[in-house]
Amino acid sequence: MSKYIMKRLLYMIPVLLGVSFLVFTILSLTPGDPGSIILGITAKKEDIAALNAEFGYNQPFFIRFFNYIGDIIFHFDLGTSYATRQPVMESILARFPNTLLLAVLSMCLSAVLGISMGIFSAVRQYSVMDHVCIVVALVFASMPSFWLGLMMLILFSLKLGWLPSFGADTLRHFILPALTLSLPSAAGLLRLTRASMLETIRQEYIRTARAKGASNRRVIWKHALRNALLPVVTAMGGGFGASLGGAIIAETVFAMPGMGTLMTTAIRQKDVPMVMGATLFLAVLFSLVILAVDILYAFIDPRIKAKYQNGGKSRE
Amino acid sequence: MSKNRKHTQLSEIWRRYRKNKTAVLGFVLLVIIIGTALFADVIVPYSKCIEQVGADRLQGPSMAHFFGTDEFGRDLFARVVHGSRYSLMIGLVTSLMALVIGAVLGASAGYFGGVVDNVISRIMDVFMCVPPILLSLAVVAALGTNLRNLIIAITVSCVPGNVRLIRSVVLTTAEQDYVEAAKSYGTSNARIIFRYVLPNAMGPIIVNTTMSISDMMLSAAGLSFIGMGIQPPSPEWGALLSNAQQYLFTAPYLLLFPGIFILLSSLAFNLVGDGLTDALDPKLRD
Repeated sequence: MSKYIMKRLLYMIPVLLGVSFLVFTILSLTPGDPGSIILGITAKKEDIAALNAEFGYNQPFFIRFFNYIGDIIFHFDLGTSYATRQPVMESILARFPNTLLLAVLSMCLSAVLGISMGIFSAVRQYSVMDHVCIVVALVFASMPSFWLGLMMLILFSLKLGWLPSFGADTLRHFILPALTLSLPSAAGLLRLTRASMLETIRQEYIRTARAKGASNRRVIWKHALRNALLPVVTAMGGGFGASLGGAIIAETVFAMPGMGTLMTTAIRQKDVPMVMGATLFLAVLFSLVILAVDILYAFIDPRIKAKYQNGGKSRE
Repeated sequence: MSKNRKHTQLSEIWRRYRKNKTAVLGFVLLVIIIGTALFADVIVPYSKCIEQVGADRLQGPSMAHFFGTDEFGRDLFARVVHGSRYSLMIGLVTSLMALVIGAVLGASAGYFGGVVDNVISRIMDVFMCVPPILLSLAVVAALGTNLRNLIIAITVSCVPGNVRLIRSVVLTTAEQDYVEAAKSYGTSNARIIFRYVLPNAMGPIIVNTTMSISDMMLSAAGLSFIGMGIQPPSPEWGALLSNAQQYLFTAPYLLLFPGIFILLSSLAFNLVGDGLTDALDPKLRD
């Protein structure tokens, strides 16, 4: 198992280099150079050229890329913002805890809601509650989360005055944004859990378990659930990425100082290093989470664990 | 002969689809929404969208203005009706583009295997490491905010998932005997892929594309909402909501109607996708 984890960690190096190259390339397509973006088009040509030289922008693309990567690896430095002239890393670290807390909160909330309702729905297939769950889930899954957020903001903050509508000072500020993010994804998880549960219940080994006289409760909790949750765990890994992304939009709705508001401001100001740094930062985090999920997956599913212990990584 | 067979297969799928009430509801909803987009000019002239009536500013819903008016006195009903064109167009165009790119890359990876598969899959691994909306934001940041760039941004973020799905479906199909048979009498690779492999792998691909239209519409609305997509004064639904944010207190109906329309159209594609999953699944055939 540790060999497999090592292998996956090593494989992350080329992938992350690839991610940096991808994002760096996309953002180099931005028209204009840092000099004219910061000083404006009315500035003197010499000043613009001097500033470009200061940012190392007068060098060829690949040299700039390798310098950038070198700075990250050796100095843990993501460069300097065009707009604020502050180190990008500082701005990110100041904002990141809010986004992380929001993403983690909403992940937990959607997992608890989605999985439990999904199991409930599958166990009572075709009951009234099952139909209600499915319809409600589908409506939430089809809803733009920011719209849901705005509607809840009107109801709980403006009309009822129960919860604050903006900011990130206390945990209370996180309730509405976390709900906004988690309800649509809980709906997705509910549908997935239900489908996967129903599929599992039809399997031969469930029939075997029943034939051997296991109680209904034991069959569901011990035999079916563990197998049915495999695809759900995979989806949750992707779901974390989605909630990081969704956090960007939820932060805008609730005016929270997080990575999302940082990025949208940076994009408006054409602050390339800031956009680059924030994107890369979140992408690295996301790929670490995906790796963690894959490892978790191996622990839940003995079949996969066995496969990796035998070496060879098969094509899925 | 083959045409006849195809016909019976289609009617067979339709017969199974019809049995599912929610799927039919989704289909009806979809027809209404597509009809709204197609006949927007018949329902209400475009001039109503841009006509600013100073006296009618921020009026609530009434018989004269079904959905009320915005801060410039423009009729919200007209703007929502015409906005349907943006959302549907973006949803369809991005999903189809992502489907074509995904089909070419995914089918090549699954069918050829080896180096081709490795190169494509490793590049997709890189793309998969960036959450979709971040990828879209980076593209928008680089290219600027307008309709064309929004479509590119959303398509790019959708391609890797499609490549993965189509590759895995093609992998199972490519091992079938009829593909082997086609190879044995010297059919070209391109012909095998497009004539034998892809049509037989179509079920999951169609379902995925239908569902992705709904996702794409939601992402487009989201990006427009944070000001990174279509810009006001275009009556795109996300842009309408973005604008409505300033009038949470005074005119909440500005928020209600565009949101309901996004919800309904996305729901329609999801319901149809669900219905198709069951209708196309050979395991559920009765």
